Amino acid sequence: MSSESKTIFSPQLAARFDALVEKYPVRRSALIPMLLYAQDEVGYLSDAVIAEVARRIGITELDVRNVASYYSLLRFKPAGEYNIQVCTNICCMLRGGYEILERFREELGVDPKGVTADGLFSLEEVECIGACSWAPAIQVNYDFHDELKPDLVPGIIDGYRSKAKAKGKNKNA
Amino acid sequence: MPRLVSHPDEVKIVSRRFGQGAAQIDRYIELGGYESAKKCLAQGSEWIINEMKASNLRGRGGAGFSTGMKWSFVPKQSAKPKYVLVNGDESEPGTCKDHLIFLHDPHAVIEGTIIAGLAIGAKVGFIYLRGEYRYLLEIVEKAVADAYLKGFLGKKIFGTDTDFDVITQTGAGAYEVGEESALMESLEGKRGIPRIKPPFPAVVGLYGGPTIINNAETIATVPHIIAMGATAYSDVGTQRNGGTRLFCLSGHVERPGVYELPMGYNLKKMIYEVGGGVAGGRKLKAVVPGGSSTPVLLPEEIENLGMDFDQVGKAGSMLGSGGVVVIDDQTCMVEFALRTIGFYQHESCGWCIPCREGTDWLKKSLTRFHAGFGSAADISNMQYLAENMLGRTFCPLGDAAAMPTIAFLKKFRKEFEDHLDGKPCPYAKEGVPQLTVV
Repeated sequence: MSSESKTIFSPQLAARFDALVEKYPVRRSALIPMLLYAQDEVGYLSDAVIAEVARRIGITELDVRNVASYYSLLRFKPAGEYNIQVCTNICCMLRGGYEILERFREELGVDPKGVTADGLFSLEEVECIGACSWAPAIQVNYDFHDELKPDLVPGIIDGYRSKAKAKGKNKNA
Repeated sequence: MPRLVSHPDEVKIVSRRFGQGAAQIDRYIELGGYESAKKCLAQGSEWIINEMKASNLRGRGGAGFSTGMKWSFVPKQSAKPKYVLVNGDESEPGTCKDHLIFLHDPHAVIEGTIIAGLAIGAKVGFIYLRGEYRYLLEIVEKAVADAYLKGFLGKKIFGTDTDFDVITQTGAGAYEVGEESALMESLEGKRGIPRIKPPFPAVVGLYGGPTIINNAETIATVPHIIAMGATAYSDVGTQRNGGTRLFCLSGHVERPGVYELPMGYNLKKMIYEVGGGVAGGRKLKAVVPGGSSTPVLLPEEIENLGMDFDQVGKAGSMLGSGGVVVIDDQTCMVEFALRTIGFYQHESCGWCIPCREGTDWLKKSLTRFHAGFGSAADISNMQYLAENMLGRTFCPLGDAAAMPTIAFLKKFRKEFEDHLDGKPCPYAKEGVPQLTVV
């Protein structure tokens, strides 16, 4: 039973949030992790997410938006189920990061910040993700793929397509 | 999974347990883990700080400040609780060493945090990881939970009368939060905006309490120093630059990877012997020695350059965060400069006007330049802008953009001039998309 009588989150996440606000010397320190974990579950920071997080912390919705708008991982509209983040910062650029980005653009048929029509993939050009010695690198949601070549791109996409299919089957079962 | 590399010249201290399953607590203990924390519990605060001073360990985040000295600044008595804060926000382009530490040796970070807490009399330590490092955060959280189960964290740690808690925290994407005061703001649930100094964190830090904030590599080094002895550690490096550091070799190098080399190791040797030389046997054009904010060096400047804070400083650059970016002779330096500055423009938090406006102007000028629409006046304008950003901001992000700009303009002026008057980029490759910046 969550401290919130009406929650939009799963019981597991609601319980996690109950613990999270008590974890720090100050309740508000839970704000950024909560927003990120809520986004992981809901897909983005919807108005309902912002309202509940604000209530849980005890600050205004405006305050939540003010903080959330600062952080690049937090978003206010849905991304694809698999958000492909291609690093093109210097170390990745020197080893072909832009060719990787271009290949994803061709294969998915969307530009950076775009979402595929089936909602499965979104594409983003991002700043350094901390995989410089294993460049070029990308992140798909939180998974890293290192030492890429453009020809590896279709395989990565197929891998996530199969993953999504398997998930869909489980849901129907 | 990031590939581990090895070279005979390496001196493995911090990376000693990499690839050995030390993320598992029992394996970590088997490999000598948590003995240093026990020793420090027995020896006490003053002894720890003296050991740190004697080790000549300097901050691995980039500033290179003496760790022992930093710890000694924390007042002994404090009405407010004191905190240890571990900076694992690793975001400086070129830097990926903390990635490996969290992956392979998370207990070293926890043990170092405990020792830092004992040194300054803190009861709580925070380990902050950048939001992109979610899989690493899960590894660290598992390690923390295991340490609680063993009684190494929590009440009466290791059966003594001392309490110590570790709290993990995730960021959510912001380079600026790697700056110490912005990190504290972020941890307090706010926008990551820097605070004016003084007061320094050692006096007024997290939640207003005295706080020491150290880079994750610095903290992970601490238990090793205690185990091997401060003098033995210091002897590995050069004068006033104790020990080793994790150098992240990247870019146009044959064998990129994270190598642990003694402080003062020759940069040319690092590229040609450890890294196997410039990729494809091409020629070296330039090296960025310590992450993207450090001024670029020319091949002739690295001939006899020892990689420690003082020598790289003398050469007009900085040892920074250990990210060594190798650039070959096929690279357009205007494009490289644009991508470097594009990053700082994107990451400027906007708090200080010289940084917010300066990075934007620089990016716009470089974009125009790279597209072939630059004018000779743009070169002096960029120079003027960069010089006026230096030292005029709360935090060093403005400097981080200005310093490399000044170096690019000075050392590669001819390349900038080659882009003038609508001339196409001399390095443009067929079929490669034009650079757009995020």
